[in-house]
Amino acid sequence: MNKIDVLNTLEKNLLNNFQHDMSLSTMPYADIARDLGVGEDKIISTLTELQNRGYISRIGPVFTANRIGVSTLAAMAIPDDELECVARIISTFPEVNHNYEREHHYNLWFVVTACSEEHLDIVLHEIEQHAEHPLMSLPMLEDYFIDLGFKLPWA
Amino acid sequence: MGIMQANQLVAQLSVDDRKLVKLIEHGIPVTRRPYAEIAQQLGITEQMVVARIQALIHSTAIKRYGVVVRHHELGYKANGMVVWNIPDESVSEIGKCIGEYNCVTLSYRRPRRLPDWPYNLFTMVHGQNREAVIAQVNHIVQRCNLSHIEHTILFSMRRFKQRGAKYTRMEHATDHTASPLSENLKSIKQRAHV
Repeated sequence: MNKIDVLNTLEKNLLNNFQHDMSLSTMPYADIARDLGVGEDKIISTLTELQNRGYISRIGPVFTANRIGVSTLAAMAIPDDELECVARIISTFPEVNHNYEREHHYNLWFVVTACSEEHLDIVLHEIEQHAEHPLMSLPMLEDYFIDLGFKLPWA
Repeated sequence: MGIMQANQLVAQLSVDDRKLVKLIEHGIPVTRRPYAEIAQQLGITEQMVVARIQALIHSTAIKRYGVVVRHHELGYKANGMVVWNIPDESVSEIGKCIGEYNCVTLSYRRPRRLPDWPYNLFTMVHGQNREAVIAQVNHIVQRCNLSHIEHTILFSMRRFKQRGAKYTRMEHATDHTASPLSENLKSIKQRAHV
């Protein structure tokens, strides 16, 4: 059975209805509680539980790429027997997030984010040195996606 | 956003805004007054914290603000990065068309790296399993008239790291050369050369 089938209505509403335009006030969970007709304590305990179960990664901002920092998508083609080790080396860099193995000749894909172009170049160079493989850097040129969150299928 | 300009458009955030970004980039706490501690650290009121987040949203530095869910944990086990080789003059129109589907969570133009990498449009497609992703991609190919366009799906296998982007400056003092991981890599390579 799919995990989302066992969620109750409150959990589904919390996951789906507040992905964008969440109330910006000093007590946002009280606002959500009023909106859903549930007590604030219940909202806080349910959100905490959803975070603990890993369904919610965080509550807060999603930044527009390249507006407050610079980032790039990097790809590497790594021999199978080295992949796990190289991936772990790369993951130790605090500038790296979303580090995935993908099914392709280019089998390791990760995003590198930094506060400036100069810092980004330094980090990319360091990664190549420590991983001992070249990387292909594919910075975003244009964004065609308007992010309104991810509509889950029960809505 | 103009082509080739994206990386130059780094907003000149004030020092105060950078401090704020650092305090909220991994999410706000789930407590009655989530901005209380942030306000205290910045030496301003909670109302001022909220107003400054609002300003970052208005200036579009923040794209959306709210609950960020994890697809994989919610049953969307399959994730395909679908890459397309689209004539330059059509990439914007097609990128917007693909970006409108609910199963799609990213639609970015990126540079080709010829001859190794011919693809210039990157879209992320989520589904409950591999077949669902393939079916969605086929549906998109039909609806956006892409049957003549070369594409390939890079399914995600292992996830080594996932978390929101960290934008604030880091003290980057880790010496990777001396780490056990680098030693592991050396020994793997030595074995391969025997």
